[in-house]
This record gives sequence, structure tokens and C-alpha cells, in this order.
Amino acid sequence: MRSNRHQQFLIPLLAVLLGMIAGSIVMLVSGYNPVAGFSSLIYGAFGDAYYIGETIRQTTPYILTGLAVAFAFRTGLFNIGVEGQLIVGWLAAVWVGVSFDLPKIIHLPLAILAAAAAGALWGLIPGVLKAYVKVHEVIITIMMNYIALHVTNAIIRSVLSDEGFKSEPIKQSASLQSEFLEAMTYHSTMHYGILIAIAAAFVMWFLLERTTKGFELRAVGFNQHASQYAGMNVRANIILAMVISGAFAGVAGAMEGLGTFGNISTKAGFTGLGFDGIAVALIGGNNAFGILLSALLFGALKVGALEMPSGAGVPTELVDIIIALIIFFVASSYMIRWLLSRGQKGAE
Amino acid sequence: MNVYDVLQTIIPTAIFFAAPLIFTALGGVFSERSGVVNIGLEGLMVIGAFTGIVFNLTFADQFGSLTPWLALVAAIVVGALFSLLHAVASVTFRADQVVSGVAINFLALGLSLFLVKKMYGKGQTDQIQVGFDKIDVPVLSDIPVIGPLLFSNAYVTSYIAIILAFVSWYIIYKTPFGLRLRAVGEHPMAADTMGIHVAQMRYIAVMISGALGGLGGAVYATIISRDFSHATISGHGFMALAAMIFGKWHPIGAMGAALFFGLAQSLSIVGQTIPFLKNVPTVYLLIAPYVLTILALAGFIGRAEAPKAAGTPYVKGKR
Repeated sequence: MRSNRHQQFLIPLLAVLLGMIAGSIVMLVSGYNPVAGFSSLIYGAFGDAYYIGETIRQTTPYILTGLAVAFAFRTGLFNIGVEGQLIVGWLAAVWVGVSFDLPKIIHLPLAILAAAAAGALWGLIPGVLKAYVKVHEVIITIMMNYIALHVTNAIIRSVLSDEGFKSEPIKQSASLQSEFLEAMTYHSTMHYGILIAIAAAFVMWFLLERTTKGFELRAVGFNQHASQYAGMNVRANIILAMVISGAFAGVAGAMEGLGTFGNISTKAGFTGLGFDGIAVALIGGNNAFGILLSALLFGALKVGALEMPSGAGVPTELVDIIIALIIFFVASSYMIRWLLSRGQKGAE
Repeated sequence: MNVYDVLQTIIPTAIFFAAPLIFTALGGVFSERSGVVNIGLEGLMVIGAFTGIVFNLTFADQFGSLTPWLALVAAIVVGALFSLLHAVASVTFRADQVVSGVAINFLALGLSLFLVKKMYGKGQTDQIQVGFDKIDVPVLSDIPVIGPLLFSNAYVTSYIAIILAFVSWYIIYKTPFGLRLRAVGEHPMAADTMGIHVAQMRYIAVMISGALGGLGGAVYATIISRDFSHATISGHGFMALAAMIFGKWHPIGAMGAALFFGLAQSLSIVGQTIPFLKNVPTVYLLIAPYVLTILALAGFIGRAEAPKAAGTPYVKGKR
């Protein structure tokens, strides 16, 4: 029997492959050319410096939302509220970005910390309810998403603008935008956020794998009763896990607010970044370095998709179908494992 | 404006907005009572809305005034078939039911927009020409005071939704099928020992939720939005999920919660015309359903408890 470690890599890879194959079939059935479709997708993601810049820009929040979901998964929680935590993080970052005049060295970190704090607060509520009242965090975080959306829209209208639909642009001292990176990538919207995202991945790895607290968080996720018996504070660890997860999501919002857009507009619906984070985390095997790779994959898919209508006449939504199917295949990993074990028996 | 005028503005709108939520929330009750968590209600509504509108646009000339009814039937069928994916993943392949539900939501939106662009060459369908007519319920609408409030100038689908809630209650609590459904959701191993086919029950329950979710989406699209685009269903499935929980996984409770959430929605829209509500910021009404659901779950408004086995795949022979 081959090791589980081996399968940990194999299952996400197979899921991505199956997703691509299913995407090709969808293209074939609906009368498009899958080869043309995928080549324009790849061109649209990596074709020249501009596209690479855009792909990296899209990868940045994906890394952070992926980390947020994965951090919760690793501690036995399902944080489906990354979307809402991202929105309040975005709001907080822009709020700090427009309201203060400070030197960059203080202003920018302050804006990012504000975003992390807002996301953490949005994670604190489901954490407390889970720890003290044993309410499942999935439902609470879904509800918190909608509360975040409507409250943020109301604040944009009444506080950050005069009944308008978007805030002032943030002060230059809080911006992550970089003329250097933009010039290097033919004026893409790439910004310094990618460095923060990579640093965050390192932080998550270090926290979970190299610290006592991380061990405790994982232990509580794995078996609450054993952890309790070993003298760990189960409630405090559950709350802390949701708070950290929310903070990652909040920083993802700061990337959008301080880097990509430089402001915040009212939203009719969700950004999707938080929900895509679930896919990123699953494909990345809930592992910090795996997430860097899977975030790049999803960033490339999303940005490359924009080239598909002009390059091959394929609607961009094809990529959403592929992403959905990839999630299905990962979720049904029992099926893939079963197929793998059948294949091995056949080979013997 | 006196109180009666105010009620006459609010209540019909509330019933109008509640109908799609009632259908979908009832779907959620069936699925979760059988032990399968269904976060995919949103996606099922999307598929239903898409099917309802596309069927209506395509066949309006052939079927005339029957079209919207047949469109609802089509949405029921497509919704049930689409939910099979969730059933296969979460029952047979033992997938995490929340993850599978998330995938359903993604797939529904991606697939329906893909097809809309493929069929109409743009991201939004045209408006449908044949919808439902508003009716006055015979006899009942002549009752003074409540007749005009509850039984006049309303869509027949709203009454179907309310009647269906009672039918669902009867099915779930008064029939052998309902007893089995609840048994596999509470204690699948015990049910299995008594000879109930757990997987089969769960498949049926998930497909019922697909059918009702599809119906809810189609009713929403046919009556409220009258076309289909990416924003047609935006959160209504999750609001139905909230209604199901707020209604404590009970059909009548879910209906009550859906009516209440419909009221909140209608207040957030018509509230500006009502004197004593004019100064309440709409945001409070918009977030009310979600805040109340959280409070209900936290035990501030009676304890809401999920079926015991909800969310866990049943593996034969495993303790």
C-alpha cells in the first residue's frame, strides 16, 4: 500500500486534471474548440509581462483567503465566512487609508493591521458561539457574510461618502501600489501585496508547525476530548483559531483596498474571493506552501479566463464550471482513493 | 396614512417575497431532516430560476398562458436532477457535505451563465412576456378587513407555498415515509438495523430539496425578477437556509420564518413610504434575518437544534 503522504499530492493533482478534462468536454459539447480555449486561457494568464502581472495580482488575495480557510480546516473548523471577513477587512483598510495623514512607514502597516483586526473581529463572533454555545460555525459564518455585506454598504454610503456608491481614494501613504512593479509589467495592476501574502504563508507554516500554540490548535481540531484531558483550554483555542483565520481573511481585503482598487465601492453581491479560498485551500492540501501553488493556479484560471471570449469565443464562466468541478472531485476524494486502490490491485 | 393602509402596503408584499423562500426552505427541511446538510440551496435556486426563465422564453409562443406553469414543472425536474450531484457526492462518495454544497453553488452559477451567454450571446436574458396573473381568492377575499390584506391581488404561487408547508408537515410527521426520513437523520445506524435503506432515503430527500429549491428559484425569477442574470438569485438560497434554521428544521416553523423574512425584505423596500419607518436605516431591515438566525442559534430565541446526524456520511458497519 502506498503511503498517505503520496496520496496527499496525488488527489489534488488528479482533481485538477479531472476538472480540466470535464471543462474540455463541456467546451466540446457546446461546440467550442477546447485546444483553442485552453491556449487562450494560458496566453491570458502568462502570455506576456502584463498578463503575468495581472495573474500575480489575482493570486495575492487568493493566497490569503486560502490561508484563512486552511487555517480553520487545520484546527477542525470550517470558516465559510472568509468572504465577509474579507469585506470588513477591505472596509477597515480603506477607512484608515482615507482618514489619516501619516508617514508611510506607520500608515500602511496601520491600515493592514486595521484590516486584520476587522477580519479577526468577524471571526471572533462565530468562534465564541462555537466555543461556548456549540453552534456550528458554518451557519454563523454564512450569516455573518451577509451582515458584513449590508453593513459595509451602509457605512460606505453614510460615512465614507455622501450617499455615494464609493469611498474617496486612499492616501498615497497607505497605498500598496507600486510604479516599479507596474512599469515592469506593462502597467498591470500588480502591487506589493504579493510580498505580504507570501510572508503570511510563512507565518501560517511557522505558527502551526513550529510553535507550541500551533500544536495545541491542531490538537484541539483533531480531538477536543483528548486535548481537554491533556490540559489544553479547548474553548480558548477554538476562539483563537477563528480569530487568526479571520485576520488572514481581513488582510486579503486590505490587498484589494490598498493595492488593487485603492478605494471601496458598494457591492450588490459578494466578491467571490472568499468562497474561491475554499477551493484554494482544498487543492493546496491545507498546507501553506501548497496554497501558494494552488492560489497561483486559481489566479491564472481567473485572469486567463478573461482572454477566452476574444481568443476562442468561449464565455469566461467556463472557468467557474471548472473550479466547481475541481471542488467536487476533491470533496469526493473517497471516490479517487477507491479508484486508486482498484488500480493498484489490478497492477499487482 | 393610517395603520390599515400601512398593513395593506406591507403584508401583500411580504407574502409576495416570502413564497420563493418558503419553497426553498421546505426543500432544506427535507434534506437536513434526512441528515444531509444542504448549503447548495442557493445554487439550486439559481438553476431553477435559469430553467424557469429559459423555458418561458423558449416556449411562450407554443403554450401561451400555460407557459409559466410548465416552466415551474421544468424547474422542478431540472432542480431535482441537478441536486443528484450533491446526493452522489455526499451520500455515495462520503464528501464533506458543506464542501459539496459550495461546489453546487459555484457550478449552478457558472453553468447557467455559461449557457445564457451561449444561447443569447449576452450575460442577461430578455424579460419574459408571459407571467402569472394576480388573483383574488374567491369567497375569502370578500371577508372584511383580512380579505383585502391576505386574499386579494396576490399570486396563486404564494398560496401554493403556504399549503405545501402544511403538506410537508403532514408528510414528515404523520406518514411512515416521514418517520423513516427523520430516523435516518437522527440515528442512521438504528434506522439501518430496522431495515430502512439509509442511502436511498437520503437520495430521495436531497432530490426533494432540489425540486423545491428549483421551484423556489423559478417562482422568484418568474414573479419578481422576470429575467435571468448573475444577480437574479443573490443570497435568497442562504436566506431560505436561515429560515429553515430559524424555523427549527420544522416545515411550519420554516414557513413562519420565511414569511417573517419576507416581511423584513418588504419593509426594506416599501419602508421609505411609511411615516414611522422612514427614519429607520434600511440596513437594519436587511440584516435582520441573519442577526435573528444567529440569535436563535445562540439560544436567545429558544434553542434551535439540528438533526443529530446532519453533516455526517453514514458508513455501514462503522460505530
